[in-house]
Amino acid sequence: MNKFITAYYNDEEDLLKGIKMMKSNGVEPLDVLTPFPVHGLDKALGLKRSRLTRVAFVGGVVGGLVGFFFQAWVFTKAYPLNFGGKPFFAVPSFMPVTFEMTVLFAAFAMVIAFFVHNKLGPGAKPVIHDERVTDDRFLLVFDIWEKDEKEVSNIQMALTNAGAQGIQLKA
Amino acid sequence: MQGHKVFNLKPSNYSAMDNQSFTLSKKLVTISMVMVAIGIVSLAYGYFAGLGPGRIAANILLNSFYFLGIALVGLFFVAVHAIAESGWQVSVQRIGEAMSSFIPVAGILLLLLFGLGGMSALYEWTHEEHLDAILLKKVAYLNVPFFMIRFVIYFAGWILLAHLIKKTSRKLDQHGDMFYFNRLRMLSAIFIVFYAITSVTSSWDWLMSIDAHWFSTLYGWYVFSSMLASGIAVLIIILIALKNMGYMTHVNPEHVHDLGKYLFGFSIFWAYLWFSQYMLIWYANIPEETIYFYTRLKYFDNIFFLNLILNLVVPLFILMTRNSKRMFSVLLPVSIIVFIGHWIDMYQIIMPGVVGKEAGIGLLEIGLTIGFIGLFSLVIFYSLSKAPLVPKNHPFYKESIKYHTNY
Repeated sequence: MNKFITAYYNDEEDLLKGIKMMKSNGVEPLDVLTPFPVHGLDKALGLKRSRLTRVAFVGGVVGGLVGFFFQAWVFTKAYPLNFGGKPFFAVPSFMPVTFEMTVLFAAFAMVIAFFVHNKLGPGAKPVIHDERVTDDRFLLVFDIWEKDEKEVSNIQMALTNAGAQGIQLKA
Repeated sequence: MQGHKVFNLKPSNYSAMDNQSFTLSKKLVTISMVMVAIGIVSLAYGYFAGLGPGRIAANILLNSFYFLGIALVGLFFVAVHAIAESGWQVSVQRIGEAMSSFIPVAGILLLLLFGLGGMSALYEWTHEEHLDAILLKKVAYLNVPFFMIRFVIYFAGWILLAHLIKKTSRKLDQHGDMFYFNRLRMLSAIFIVFYAITSVTSSWDWLMSIDAHWFSTLYGWYVFSSMLASGIAVLIIILIALKNMGYMTHVNPEHVHDLGKYLFGFSIFWAYLWFSQYMLIWYANIPEETIYFYTRLKYFDNIFFLNLILNLVVPLFILMTRNSKRMFSVLLPVSIIVFIGHWIDMYQIIMPGVVGKEAGIGLLEIGLTIGFIGLFSLVIFYSLSKAPLVPKNHPFYKESIKYHTNY
């Protein structure tokens, strides 16, 4: 379904330089894979801030409200029980569960949103660009689906100029 | 490392760095002195208006303890980062060190308070001839000689360790030697252990023993978390004040962001401990425990809920986004609100027990707090002028300048 060009670097400084050169040549990398977080990579790629925090906020608010009002309904309408003479609508006793539900919903919302957006999770087909990316290689990935041969060879040329230590074509 | 050039460091940050020793301006001294004078006048007003020894003593205790806690957090800030070997805090480390110079002043004030008859006005357990069965059981811990011995141990330890940590930090700055780095780490470890114990026991001694019949095992941590939040708030306020005066140009939004995260996190931490204490007492519903919250909810209900709004709701919702932690225009108001909020927290800890339902926030409370703010800023800024603001030879100085945080 997809076709990629991958180029690897052995050093993160070369990688950052390479990204800069590729961008000045007008070729946008699809992704960068590194064995550890590289400082300044987000800026070099011109990435916007992740919107995952907003998902977390919405998930948390929903979870908190669900947690609170479910308890309120259970303890006042559905199955009121008298605990030590406390009022049925006892806000302090609702708080721990409300808090937990907030955390739970926020966490699940984030994980699910992350999986959906990145096409990961159970049943996903992994694309392994380079096995050594978890070890010592810094990988630049370019999407060449819908690109003709001339463009592809241009990218390869540009990559060689940008100091890539190895270039692979993957279909 | 070439890649670090992408960080948002303006070139001007480097050029301005040479002129980085703080000079105490006359204006600042005058303003602080006027504030101290307001404090003294309001204290005299409290005396001559016949507000009673309990209310005056409680006010002095409140402010001394509140600013002592802030000063201790300044030292804690330096110590905890020295142990963690973190780098970013080096840029604001001097503020923490300067804050700790208020510890001896608070010690003198508390000593004067306890020495000049404040104890019998504050603490029921000092009236030895009127002790009931419950208080008689506590005499082994709550008696005046042991109280004073503990007082001396606390302050001797705090002042000594603050002095040593500050001295080692200065030496580290002069020589940039690993010997002083390791020594700073060792002293910090000693301080943290000492502070972990004494912050709890001192809050039992000076605050919890006001309600001597009542006890809470979470109390020490609750007071400690209140100190943490207000201490970080004050650190941010001092940082912004210095920046407005044209100093601290090396501090960039990344450092401010981290301080904002601290303020956000510790505010939630405080609320967590507040709630843990409240809910267990509410749930168990044992009269000897609920009496504490009964008086607060019955006669101090406005203060009780205001405390939660200022210290939890405001920082939680305003500091939630990334941008609000990085902008002074948001962070400064929130820091001031948290500063006031934890003063109110201390107020509702102390006043109901000492003064009872006649307590109120009047001229004495406001004036004396203004006086303490003046005294505090006088001590802090004098201490700041004693050492260069930028610890240039600290091993982590460069790391701190290049510091970068995403979220």
